[in-house]
Amino acid sequence: MQITIKYFGQIAEVTKLEEESLEFSGSLVSDLIEVLNKKYSKLINKDFQIAQNQELVSNETEITGQEIALLPPFAGG
Amino acid sequence: MKDKKPKSVFKEGAITSDFIGNSIYKHQTKTSIGAHNIFLGQVRADEIDGKTVSAIEYTAYEDMANQKSHDIRESAFEKFELTCMHIYHSLGTVKAGEICLFVFVSSPRRKVVFEALEFIVEAIKADVPVFGKEIFEDESHQWKKNT
Repeated sequence: MQITIKYFGQIAEVTKLEEESLEFSGSLVSDLIEVLNKKYSKLINKDFQIAQNQELVSNETEITGQEIALLPPFAGG
Repeated sequence: MKDKKPKSVFKEGAITSDFIGNSIYKHQTKTSIGAHNIFLGQVRADEIDGKTVSAIEYTAYEDMANQKSHDIRESAFEKFELTCMHIYHSLGTVKAGEICLFVFVSSPRRKVVFEALEFIVEAIKADVPVFGKEIFEDESHQWKKNT
């Protein structure tokens, strides 16, 4: 399926992109992380959480094709 | 699920003392209020490895951040007897010494506003996806992380 991924903060610095669409054939968040780690080798050392449809999800969550975002540590305030 | 887009909490640049003063002024017509409490987050000129932070450049996952702020607002109204509350967060560059977060709560009675303000500020720090790039005087940078 085609998914859209948004990148923020230091993650966007690594990917050099704020958003991209890619064809994803896995099923879980962990599969997606594996794909992205291969594509962007510097991601492996970065601290981030994944949001799907604007809610944080775990590695075992199924990717349903909605909006995915890679979020580095929060620094609000 | 969301039925409509929540109100934006973001303002471009620093939050000015005029804006804050004016917000207080606007509440003078709400005469059931007996107590306000205000939190102001200010950018600190931290010294890290001999370099001083001169500004923070804020970005956010705006849709999620506005939704999370809305959820915090809903739970604050559920937990505490509040008359009103407002959250404003900066986007873009905020220099050291300037204000980047303004939280304003009001209630008929004082005890409530102390508890409510702490609850709201802690929730913003933990749950709202805002990212901060700390810019040093020599224009190098590092990424801020809430502790």
